[in-house]
Amino acid sequence: MKRIGVFICHCGINIKGTVDVEKITEEIADYPGVAYIENYIFMCSEPGQKLIRDVIIEHKLDGVVVAACSPTLHETTFQDALEEMNINRHQLEVANIREQCSWVHTDIEESTRKANLIIKTAIEKLKLNESLTPIFAPLTKRTLVIGGGIAGIQAALDIADGGYEVLLVERNPSIGGHMIQLSETFPTLDCSQCIMTPKMVAINKHKNIKLYANSEIESIEGFFGNFKVRIKRKPLYVDPDKCTLCDDCTAVCPVVVPSEYDEGLTWRKAIYIPFPQSIPATFTIDTENCLGFNPIACTKCQDACEPDAINYDMKPETFEEEIGAVIVATGFDLNPVENMAEYGYGKYPDVLNGLQFERILSATGPTGGEMFRPSDGKVPKEVVFIQCSGSRDPERHLPYCSRICCMYTLKHAKLYKHKVHDGQPYIFYIDIRSGGKRYEEFVQQAVSEDGIVYIRGKVSRVYREGEKMIVHGMDTLTGKKIEIEADMVVLAMGIIPSADTDKLVNILRLNTDENGFLVEAHPKLRPVESIQSGFYLAGTAQGPKDIPDAVSQASGAAAKVLALMSNDEISHSPIVAIVNEDLCSGCGICVDTCPYGARELDIIEKIATVNDVLCEGCGACISVCPASAAQQKNLTDEQIFNMIRIYTNA
Amino acid sequence: MKEQFTPKIVGFLCNWCSYAGADLAGSAKLEILPSLTVIRVMCSSRIDSNLVLTTLLLGADGILIAGCHPGDCHYEKGNYYARRRFALLRKVVETLKIDPERLQLSWVSASEGKRYAEVVNQFTDKIRKLGPNPIQTNPYL
Repeated sequence: MKRIGVFICHCGINIKGTVDVEKITEEIADYPGVAYIENYIFMCSEPGQKLIRDVIIEHKLDGVVVAACSPTLHETTFQDALEEMNINRHQLEVANIREQCSWVHTDIEESTRKANLIIKTAIEKLKLNESLTPIFAPLTKRTLVIGGGIAGIQAALDIADGGYEVLLVERNPSIGGHMIQLSETFPTLDCSQCIMTPKMVAINKHKNIKLYANSEIESIEGFFGNFKVRIKRKPLYVDPDKCTLCDDCTAVCPVVVPSEYDEGLTWRKAIYIPFPQSIPATFTIDTENCLGFNPIACTKCQDACEPDAINYDMKPETFEEEIGAVIVATGFDLNPVENMAEYGYGKYPDVLNGLQFERILSATGPTGGEMFRPSDGKVPKEVVFIQCSGSRDPERHLPYCSRICCMYTLKHAKLYKHKVHDGQPYIFYIDIRSGGKRYEEFVQQAVSEDGIVYIRGKVSRVYREGEKMIVHGMDTLTGKKIEIEADMVVLAMGIIPSADTDKLVNILRLNTDENGFLVEAHPKLRPVESIQSGFYLAGTAQGPKDIPDAVSQASGAAAKVLALMSNDEISHSPIVAIVNEDLCSGCGICVDTCPYGARELDIIEKIATVNDVLCEGCGACISVCPASAAQQKNLTDEQIFNMIRIYTNA
Repeated sequence: MKEQFTPKIVGFLCNWCSYAGADLAGSAKLEILPSLTVIRVMCSSRIDSNLVLTTLLLGADGILIAGCHPGDCHYEKGNYYARRRFALLRKVVETLKIDPERLQLSWVSASEGKRYAEVVNQFTDKIRKLGPNPIQTNPYL
């Protein structure tokens, strides 16, 4: 039997004031397994710890119970003391007789009786504690960043600057995300492309960054620190090394399709470059619309291409890469206007969403930055902006606030006014949320200087009458109905997770909230990590946010990755689940229960296994095991039963 | 006068929320009735039916399981497992002719020291009123 030493702390009078420590010392001295017992005024002090160390040698102890304050305070202190004497740190138990006894009870007799029980349960648990060592696993010092918008770009650059390799995977032919589509950014009105393109170029040039554009994640295997990821790169059908960006191909291409970059306001060819500053800088063929995959039908671009860069026979390639950590920065889409019955299901060309209006405002947009409306090219003199279009409406649309719409709508109205001096912008709003740095000043300045009319209320209906868009609404401050004959309507559609986020989440085994956004490990204290070890979150994939917040979160996630990468190995608590192979029937219930994917079924042996590195030690698998084959190290059923008996036999 | 019945109550507290909440009650020096003694587990999902039933069979008068609030579980969904199992357990203990009110599942966060004290005191009062666990006098068990 283990030789256990029990040390009871007075904690000055904090414990001794309500617990009769002398009495307990006498009572427990003869308890089975107790080789030595002592009480002392401050166990955590250096003399207190020295007492433990001396007694360990003198009485040849195998384990120690310290009855003192909560284990959250000094468990590691005493564990370290044991380790100094070459005793495993898991041979220490703390009996919490301060926070959960002496401080909450006033009757000395009752507290003494209870402290006695608490110490005995600690002794019983300790008797069956195994000596454990931390679980170490090697670490692959490469990071996968999924998503090449501003958040993914920032995270990739930060990690690469820290000296570690990064793989940046973007599913579109070019990185840049939504930020590259924007005209100017609030509240400073600096040109979005001017601040974005240098970062895109830096990604392309950085020696530590490998860019997989036009690529998607096919699968991920392995565990924290050592993942194997399969990346599928769709062919561009144009050799980027040969392509000179001369643009001869688009001139001859007979197919026109709506431009994604211009949000469908202009047309592009089936062979195209997404936008002039694309990274990687190359043309690509959109196979869904190109006729050239039947060479009899069309080879016009190939014929026109002087450097002979076009090759219809390129095939998708799959790459297998080893990585240690993943940052998910998959971004957002706008809630489709097609969801808005009351505003015409997107069938009116002069009812635009926020991103389309950004394109009209942009110097690189379909109108070259001039203010024309899409239907007939006239200058719109009255423009209605509708905030919270399909947001903050739990009954029919998105329940949440997208955080950026108040500010981007205001920016839109302001920039519109800068372009059409005699125009009149109206903004329907529920509340104005301007919580960012310098946002409120931006609002006040726009309201006082730009003559924007703010109407508090919601718009019930938008329809066309002749050349005008009729907007019916209600001013809830005056209680009056409002009807505006507008030339153009801009809907501030909310943010939703980007298309196929759900599929990626399934591949990565991450969690989303009820709105489809990725869930952080803790809403306040671990906002850039997933609960799944090795996965980090950045940008709007985690929830609606503006550019400064997306960039901050990306740098935060990068800092977490850099801290991880500075280790040679990853360590992990050894308090994990174990399987009694003689009892396990291989039913697999534990596999479905485990929130971490740490459980697997060995189909050949027909038993469940535990991946020590993935197991977080919650114990959920233990309580579902019908055969009691699953146990938790150092908190087995037997240990808990022995503890319960102390209470029930008392 | 009849001496007041002092029940034996076992409290299973999850490490991350409820155990920390109990510590906070201590730091705030709130007065808590001494009948409940604590067993710390990592997560409320660790408390399997076997543990609860055995604890009752061993003669405990009441069992409190306390975990993180729904949505706050450190292990993501352990408290949902606990909640589902708890609903089932209440039915099972009825078949043993034990009042299901002897089992209680409560959500106590790490910041709810006051709530922890209230939960324990109210539960202790309830068990006092229910009297000793009848299993101790049931000749068939």
